[in-house]
Amino acid sequence: MPGKEMAQRLSVVLTERVNPEMMNCEDVVATGRYPYTGKFGILSQEDWKIVRESMELVRITELANRDFNKISDGQKQRVMLARALCQQPDVIVLDEPTSFLDIRYKLEFLSILQEMSRKRNLTVLMSLHELDLAGRISDKIACVQGDRIDRFGVPEEIFTQGYIPQLYQMTTGSYDELTGDLELPSVQEKPEIFVIAGNGTGTSIFRRLQRERKAFATGILWENDIDFASAKSLAAEVISVPAFHYISDEQIKQTKKWINECESVICTLKESDMVGFAKALSNLAEYAKIKGKLITYP
Amino acid sequence: MKKKRYFAAFVVLFVLLLLFLVMNLCIGSVNIPFSEIPRILQGIGTDETYTEIVTQVRAPRAFAAVILGGALALSGYLLQTFFHNPIATPFTLGVSSGAKLIVALVMVASLQFSVQLGSWLMILAAFAGSMLCMGFVILMSKVINQMAMLIVSGVMIGYICSAVTDFVVTFADDADIVNLHNWSLGSFSGINWDNVKVMAIVVLITMFFVFLLSKPISAYQMGEAYAQNMGLNVSRFRIVLVILSSILSACVTAFAGPVSFVGIAVPHLVKGLFGTTQPILMIPACFLGGASFCLSCDLLARTVFTPTELSISTVTAILGAPVVIYIMLRRKREKMG
Repeated sequence: MPGKEMAQRLSVVLTERVNPEMMNCEDVVATGRYPYTGKFGILSQEDWKIVRESMELVRITELANRDFNKISDGQKQRVMLARALCQQPDVIVLDEPTSFLDIRYKLEFLSILQEMSRKRNLTVLMSLHELDLAGRISDKIACVQGDRIDRFGVPEEIFTQGYIPQLYQMTTGSYDELTGDLELPSVQEKPEIFVIAGNGTGTSIFRRLQRERKAFATGILWENDIDFASAKSLAAEVISVPAFHYISDEQIKQTKKWINECESVICTLKESDMVGFAKALSNLAEYAKIKGKLITYP
Repeated sequence: MKKKRYFAAFVVLFVLLLLFLVMNLCIGSVNIPFSEIPRILQGIGTDETYTEIVTQVRAPRAFAAVILGGALALSGYLLQTFFHNPIATPFTLGVSSGAKLIVALVMVASLQFSVQLGSWLMILAAFAGSMLCMGFVILMSKVINQMAMLIVSGVMIGYICSAVTDFVVTFADDADIVNLHNWSLGSFSGINWDNVKVMAIVVLITMFFVFLLSKPISAYQMGEAYAQNMGLNVSRFRIVLVILSSILSACVTAFAGPVSFVGIAVPHLVKGLFGTTQPILMIPACFLGGASFCLSCDLLARTVFTPTELSISTVTAILGAPVVIYIMLRRKREKMG
C-alpha cells in the first residue's frame, strides 16, 4: 500500500518523544492533516476545521496556543491523540499510550479512546502493560509472549484462573484475576501470629506482616470475603468456609488449635461486626483473650 | 496575527538585503557616491573608473556573497533538519573541509599540467569531496547516536582534511599558490561574472528542489517514526536532503572556500525572527538571511583593515560564534527546566 493511502487509513501514537521546535499544540495536531494536503502542505479551511474538531474531541482546545514543549506529559499524549484522530484513520495504533501518565490522565485518556471507538467506529489497537486497564477497556486482548501471540480473546477468556502468572512466567508472588491485586510472596514458615479477620479489615494487616517477614495464619474467612484473596496469597495457613456456608465445629476446633500454637492473636474485627453468622469469631477472640494471647497490633 | 509577523519579517530581511547590497557597491577603498549607483547599473555612468569598479569588481563580488551566503544558510538548515541538531552545518560536520581538500587537489593537479579549471569542474570536485565526508559522517551517525560526539567527529574530520589541504598547498610551488592560499581560508575576492552565472544556475535549480521538499521536511521535523506514518518515504527523503545540502555547500566551497558559522547562526536567527520552523517559510527566509549576513560580513572583511583584506571566515566567526554559544546555553537551560 502506498505511503499516502496507508497514512489516510492508519495513524499512530508512539512512545517516541517528539521535540518539535517552536510549534504550538495546534500546529502539532495539524501535522495529522499531512496526507491530505497538496504539494506544499498548506492546510485548507476544511483541514483547519477538522483540526479544531479533533482538539475538541480530546478536550484540548484551551491548549491550542501553548508551546508543545511546555505542557505536561498527559497533555502531550492527548495532543498526539488529537493529531492521530485528525488524520481521520480507520485504525489507530497506540504504543503504551498510558505508560507515563498518572492515574487521572490514564483514565481520561482511555475513556476518550473508548468514546472514539464507539462513536466513530474507529478500530483502536494498543499495547498496554497495565493488566487492570487492559481488562476493562479491551473488546479483545492478544497476549504476547516473547515474539508470538499466546492467546487471543475477550477479557473473560484471558483473565481466567492461573493464566496470567503463566503468561508472565511469574515465579514469585501472586496475581488475583478478579481484583487485579498483586501480592508479594508469602512467608512460608511456622505461623507465629493468628489473625482473625474478614470484611476487608485484614488485608492491610496481612501486607504489613508480609513486609515484616512474619509468618501468620488467618481465619475463619468465607471464600467470598474480600480478605480471602490476599489471605490466600500472603498467609502461611488459611482456614476458610465455602461461600454462604455455616461455620462447622470441625473448623472451630482447627482454629483453636492454631490459636494455641501461635504466640499471639490479632483480631481486626470490631465486636459489633461479629454477630449473626460470625458469632463464632467473637467466641474465638474471647478464647484467645482468656489465653492471654490477644494483642492489639501497633 | 501570525501572518502579519511573517510578512514583517520578510520585509525586514528584504530591506537588510537591499541595504547591504547598496553599501557593498558604494563602500570600499574608493568610496562611490550613492547617487552614482542607479546610473552605473543602467549603463549610463559618467565616471569610467566608478563604472569599472562597480560592474567588474564589486557587483560580481556582492552577488556572489548573496548567492553563496544564501546557499550556505540553506545548506545548514537542511543539515540541521537531517540530524535534528541545531549546530549541524557543512562546516561543523567537516563537509566543507572535505570539499576544500578535493578542490585543492584538483587545483594543484591542474596547475601541474597547466590546465585552466572551469567553474563547473570546481563545483564537481567540491561536490565529490562533500559527498565523501557526508557519507563518512552518516556512517558515523549509525554507530554514534550521541549528537555531541557526532559533531566532535565531524570537527575532527574537518581538521584532518584541512591539514592535508595545508600540506598540499605548502608543497605546491607556483605563483598561483597565493590565490589558492587565499581561497583555502575563505574569501569572496576574485569572483567574476562567469562564476556568478554558474553559481546562480546551480543554486537556483537546487533551491527549486528544496522548495519541493518543504512538505516532507515538515513531516520529518516530527521525528522519523511519525514521518513514516504520514506517508513519507524516509530513506529516500534523507538521501535527497543530503544531496541537495551537499550541492549547496559544494557550490560555496568551490567559489569561496570554507565559510564558517553562517550555516548555524543564520537559520537560528531567522527562526527567532519568524517564531516558527515551518520549512515553507524557513527556506526563503534562510536564503535571504544568509545573503544579508554574508554581504555584511564581506563588507567588514573588505573595509575594516583596508588595504589588508580579512578572510571571510574571520568575520563570520566573530559574528556567528556567539550565536552558537547562546544556542547551547539556551538548550542547556531548557533541559534543566
